[in-house]
Amino acid sequence: MASKVLHAYYDDDDVLMLAVKKVKAAKHHIDEVYCPFPVHGLDKAMGLAPTRLAITAFIYGCIGLAVAVTMMNYIMIEDWPQDIGGKPSFSYIENMPAFVPIMFELTVFFAAHLMVITFYLRSRLWPFKKAENPDVRTTDDHFLMEIEIHNNENELKELLANTGAVEINISEKNSH
Amino acid sequence: MYTFSNKLKIASFILMAVGLLGIGVGFLSAPGTVEEAKAIVASQSNGHGDAHAVESDANEHGEHVAEEAHGHEASHDSSHDEHLLHQLQNKPWAALYVAAFFFMMISLGVLAFYAIQRAAQAGWSPLLFRVMEAITSYLVPGGIIVFVILVMSVLHMNHLFVWMDTDVVANDHLLQGKKGFLNPTFFLIRAAIFLGGWILYREYSRKLSLRQDESTDDSNFKLNFRISAAFLVFYLISESMMSWDWIMSVDPHWFSTLFGWYVFASMFVSGITVIAMVTIYLKSKGHLTDVNDSHIHDLAKFMFGISVFWTYLWFSQFMLIWYSDIPEEVTYYITRIRDYKLPFFGMIVMNFVFPLLLLMNSDFKRVNWFVIMSGVVILAGHYLDIFNMIMPSTVGNQWFIGIPEIGAVLFFAGLFIFWVFRALSKAPLQPKRNPFIEESRHFHY
Repeated sequence: MASKVLHAYYDDDDVLMLAVKKVKAAKHHIDEVYCPFPVHGLDKAMGLAPTRLAITAFIYGCIGLAVAVTMMNYIMIEDWPQDIGGKPSFSYIENMPAFVPIMFELTVFFAAHLMVITFYLRSRLWPFKKAENPDVRTTDDHFLMEIEIHNNENELKELLANTGAVEINISEKNSH
Repeated sequence: MYTFSNKLKIASFILMAVGLLGIGVGFLSAPGTVEEAKAIVASQSNGHGDAHAVESDANEHGEHVAEEAHGHEASHDSSHDEHLLHQLQNKPWAALYVAAFFFMMISLGVLAFYAIQRAAQAGWSPLLFRVMEAITSYLVPGGIIVFVILVMSVLHMNHLFVWMDTDVVANDHLLQGKKGFLNPTFFLIRAAIFLGGWILYREYSRKLSLRQDESTDDSNFKLNFRISAAFLVFYLISESMMSWDWIMSVDPHWFSTLFGWYVFASMFVSGITVIAMVTIYLKSKGHLTDVNDSHIHDLAKFMFGISVFWTYLWFSQFMLIWYSDIPEEVTYYITRIRDYKLPFFGMIVMNFVFPLLLLMNSDFKRVNWFVIMSGVVILAGHYLDIFNMIMPSTVGNQWFIGIPEIGAVLFFAGLFIFWVFRALSKAPLQPKRNPFIEESRHFHY
């Protein structure tokens, strides 16, 4: 389904932040903001829900820890019992200090890699994907605010012109 | 301007009075003779039956002692009893020393944190400078008290440092080799240089900080930046050597090359915790209105991060010694795991597991009472850390956290509160002309 959207361009992140706050204050829904770099506090100003990536990171870390414990227990204790540091106790818990670095590393490894993969999946990013940003200038020095139009074109244009937008366009958008 | 409230002042005096009482009880109940020492140990193990008082005494010291005692009972028993007497006589001294060092270490940790903020020209922290300066003011009385205890050790008023005993050194080849460094005169000279350097920087930096408020240019600020950078160099060297001298040398045969860092991590996290606690207290009384959630959040992040850093160093020291299993090194952990199981492992839970789980969540770092509660656990944990460093070599398995230990903590806590809040009331809580004060007021993480 195609819908009409309004694109407002800004050339400064502070102006953009103020504009976002004004548009939110006027009770309009901002679909998306495209930026050449991350703008601090923009997510809060847009009213986006806080990220749940941290929770997934914690879960992935726990999985990594569990994998490390299971793996070391199988390799070093059960399958081929090892005499570690001249202490042939053949028990996981008594040899635990030797396994801590591996437990730590795999926790970090799982948390980091799976978090990145989750982030890509959630953001619908994959290799050779066609860029979603509507204007190449948003990768250089322009910020773009996208607002969907519901028969309030003139009202929106007027509001945005007062927020310091350097350019305002209307375009068709195919929603995915 | 903050005024030291009467309520807090009285509370600090009560703490000091109760603490003094506890310290006094500790010294009065210390045994004077071998017979008294044996009687104390016997009365503690009454449950085993009165008739076997002497035997149960031997049992308490591990089976190998008992086995040896069978061979040359008479001579060994008497030297063993002498040892027991010294341990029990050390107990009130060690309790005093641990608490005195712990509170001095807090203000020293804050001094390092403060110098880092100055040297890095940090923009977020200038609002907290007066709080940090007040905490470091305790370095003067706290450092002097520690120094006096060290002088008393040199004068043989206690047996905290076994290498100060010339008879022991005469019979010990290893200690003779270390004599060039580890002798009472050089020991006190070093202690005076360390404390003198720290106090000198503290007083000078505070003076420049106050002068900056009244001046018309930034020259005081720039000078403060330069001396802070120079101080950090001095601090890293002196702090490390201090930890060998004042802590590691209670067990003069044992050594660890990262001990200085380990003690540093302990004092750093305790210091940051106290900054957060004093700031939250002052905010709750309606002061420091410009300090916002983000400042508390940042302090809590440091509490979390440095707790993990402490654990990293604790584990690095432990794992290498555990793995290599060299007798002269591993004895340190064997005594701690055999005789100090609860404080040794309890400390890891309090200093690592607790802060890790409590302060991991971003939102919790902004909840003031949450920061205070985890701060209390962290401080108690790091008191135990110092306890575990000093006690095994000075009182052995006669340790207990009883009246002398708690009394010493209360006394120094009272003195600390009194001194810190008195210093807070001496200058406006918010620096006026720090060039970064606007940045700090608008700080938003």
